[in-house]
Amino acid sequence: MNDLKPGDQIPPRTVHVDRATLVRYAGASGDFNPIHWDERFATSVGLPDVIAHGMWTMGAAIQPVVNWLGDAGRVTSYGVRFSAPVPVSYDGGADIQVGGTVKDVTDGTATIDITATHGDDKVLVRARATVALTPAPARS
Amino acid sequence: MPVNPEVAGRSYPPSPPYVVSRAKIAEFAKAVGATDEAHFDPAVAKQRGYADVIAPPTFAVLIAQQGEAAAMIDPEAGIDFSRLVHGEESFTHHRPLTAGDEVQATTTIEKVRQAGGHSMVTLGTQLTTADGEVVTDTTSVVVIRGE
Repeated sequence: MNDLKPGDQIPPRTVHVDRATLVRYAGASGDFNPIHWDERFATSVGLPDVIAHGMWTMGAAIQPVVNWLGDAGRVTSYGVRFSAPVPVSYDGGADIQVGGTVKDVTDGTATIDITATHGDDKVLVRARATVALTPAPARS
Repeated sequence: MPVNPEVAGRSYPPSPPYVVSRAKIAEFAKAVGATDEAHFDPAVAKQRGYADVIAPPTFAVLIAQQGEAAAMIDPEAGIDFSRLVHGEESFTHHRPLTAGDEVQATTTIEKVRQAGGHSMVTLGTQLTTADGEVVTDTTSVVVIRGE
């Protein structure tokens, strides 16, 4: 981490999402909008299929950064724009490629540009996190 | 019906106190595929200097939405929930949300803008402890699709 520089890559990974993932996220988050679990409802409002919760995608897309940092508590800010839905098919679900690139390093803080793509679609844009490169002082 | 631009600047009363629990943190962490042991094991979290297990970076949305609900149901704002699409979300953590925290969410409608027949509403929410410590600031942009 000491010689971190702009352009360094966060090890990317592929995250799989299926219907069970969405049901689990609905329960954990309290977001029971049927577009995320009821195919008949989703298609009736013009969607191609049920779609992943944007907030699930956002939550999953920061994990490579957390794993690389080694401490979720050092993510001090994180913001995204949701740019494309992720349809989650009954049969195969969907795979999302997530990763990140160091944009800037200043005074013990790094800014990371995060990418999340599904096929050719960028599902998050302007996705950026700031992270503390050293642990915060102990709190009582 | 577009969202009423006159409600920009309006703040709503804080949501009821929300107590962050170890169980909810673990449930949410599993749901987003978070594997940091500091979400699950208090001993690991304490070793890193935290008071208890810490929440994943996007956990705060659960609590922020309780504050935002007040704006969503404000009849003068006229937000049609059935036409709502989540446009943007961001979090600024002054420290991690931690099991045992009791926080309230206070939401302000920061901006209302019309574009291409849609309304874009920016909601700012602060999560604050009973002592007045601001733990997390969140911003949500919701798009209310035009007819």
